[in-house]
Amino acid sequence: MSTPQIHLETLPRSIQLVMTLGFLALAAFPFVGSDFYSAMVVRMMILAIFAMSLDLLQGVTGLVSLGHAAYFGLAGYVLAFITPQNEAISLYTSLPLAVGGAALAALVIGFLVVRTHGIYFIMVTMAFAQMVFFIFFDNKALGGSDGLFLNFRPDAGVIDLENKQVFYYFTLGCLLAVYGFLRRLLWSPFGRALSGIRVNEHRMRALGFNTFSHKLAAFTLAGALAGLAGYLWAAQSGFVNPELMGFHMSAHAIMMVILGGMGNFAGAIVGALSFEYLLHIFKDLPDVGEFKTGKHWQMWMGLFIVALIIFAPKGILGVISRTFGGSAERKESGHE
Amino acid sequence: MDFVNFLIQLLNSVQYGLLLFMLAAGLTLIFGIMGVVNLAHGSFYMLGAYLAWSLAAQLGSFTLAIVVGTALSVGFGLLLERLLFRYFYQRDHLDQVLLTFGLIYVFEELRSMVWGDDVHGLPVPDLLAASIPLTDNLSYPVYRLFMSGVCLVLALGLYLLISKTRLGMKIRAGAFNREMTESLGINIRLIHSVVFALGIGLASIAGMIAAPVSSVYPNMGSQVLIMCFVVVVIGGIGSVRGALIAALLVGLVDTFGKVLLPQASGMLVYVLMAAVLLYKPEGLFKQ
Repeated sequence: MSTPQIHLETLPRSIQLVMTLGFLALAAFPFVGSDFYSAMVVRMMILAIFAMSLDLLQGVTGLVSLGHAAYFGLAGYVLAFITPQNEAISLYTSLPLAVGGAALAALVIGFLVVRTHGIYFIMVTMAFAQMVFFIFFDNKALGGSDGLFLNFRPDAGVIDLENKQVFYYFTLGCLLAVYGFLRRLLWSPFGRALSGIRVNEHRMRALGFNTFSHKLAAFTLAGALAGLAGYLWAAQSGFVNPELMGFHMSAHAIMMVILGGMGNFAGAIVGALSFEYLLHIFKDLPDVGEFKTGKHWQMWMGLFIVALIIFAPKGILGVISRTFGGSAERKESGHE
Repeated sequence: MDFVNFLIQLLNSVQYGLLLFMLAAGLTLIFGIMGVVNLAHGSFYMLGAYLAWSLAAQLGSFTLAIVVGTALSVGFGLLLERLLFRYFYQRDHLDQVLLTFGLIYVFEELRSMVWGDDVHGLPVPDLLAASIPLTDNLSYPVYRLFMSGVCLVLALGLYLLISKTRLGMKIRAGAFNREMTESLGINIRLIHSVVFALGIGLASIAGMIAAPVSSVYPNMGSQVLIMCFVVVVIGGIGSVRGALIAALLVGLVDTFGKVLLPQASGMLVYVLMAAVLLYKPEGLFKQ
């Protein structure tokens, strides 16, 4: 049913320039922005990692997961559980545990879901994420609907994560590392195979690729990277609750990827930053007389999403590359 | 569990299953025939419940509220199909997911602006307020039986419409091969409008008759939507018969799970889904 989409995989000069400027702006931000906005940018960068992990499935492999937040939330919960009451836990033990936990969950759920296609995949990923949500929501022992608190950020030896600035640059470093890793992956044989699966899975299978294990590997890797984001989120906010793995979180991640532009990871970063900023603007709208404009942010967000899908389905990067030219938009052959 | 308790739980699970079927049938039809994923389907359930609550207060009659409410929500559905959904039949599933997710937000806020954010109870109509005594201290409310009855009648009507009438024949033909059906001179756009309106109508009627039992509250659509997804996945997309059987199955597992295994009740339905997926990745009755 769904037609394979042609994505911007190689980034035109105009976008590379925008990305570089954006990175410099992020690196300089703590020197100019207030604490409030710096903390907001940290959250945005964490969500950008989360959105990139989803883009590996959604943009590259063509698997639309409506339950990606489950792995994000799980890793956060793992950190919350293993952090002792009155001391910090080492980053070097807690990070592998949290990311490994998320990857394991993605492996098990992925084993069940990647055998489904198209619309089934959407529904089934959503349903399993909901299952994970209810495991935590219904059990008082797991924090229940209120969630759990973390008293300490992980201890990383010489890197003092309790320091806001240090945490900011640590997150920025993670963002860059994940971006570099995924860009390399995109052009590796594995990445090319995933891209081939998006365009035509039958043909890939006919060429001798085991598409099931490729998709499962992508799903697990995406889960692990979402886990990294969830770990950072829990460390930053000092708090986890079931909403982190809820339906809205998953849908927001899809929105971020679409808003930026799919399939190149740069779009996911742009999308995550813009989406969070928009949310902030919508929630902060001034009242018009008696009408509480900011209270109804969901209305503006909803209308914005609808308008985006109708008018700019290729996202912000699509608009930039169309406006400023950029001949690098590769035509992918072989789709039907 | 003694027999009377078992009977009560059985009736409850059938009633819940039939209610889920009303929603899942529309969801599966809209997907099977138009190829549209409608995340906002649960919003029509909510719309139905709120319409029943506010119309019953204004018109003074629950029956009248259901009639007027159904007409209103079907009209709303037709308008939405004409203005928005029609342009998304040929688009990617991803676009449909996002469009309908955006609509969930819009509908929730419209609900908040029109009806506020409070939880409301709707009294059971006097005629159906009685209970059937089963033992000295256990009884079963007539209204729940009435709910099951309404759902059964509508399910039967849906079956007859699709398998026995000329319109049903056209609907099936359109689902099977759109171009061929069009070239035979059948107005497929009209068929799509009818199916969409039918799905919306069933969802909002489900919301209306559920309102006195479940009460009327914000976000009531999301919860039920996810259950419907599970039902559609188990039953097989596009299959109304599959939706009925899956809905009853989910009703049984959920209701008895709450009684027998309360710690794991939220999970059991998903375990059922996982089991079905392992055995038949395309659902029990894939068309």
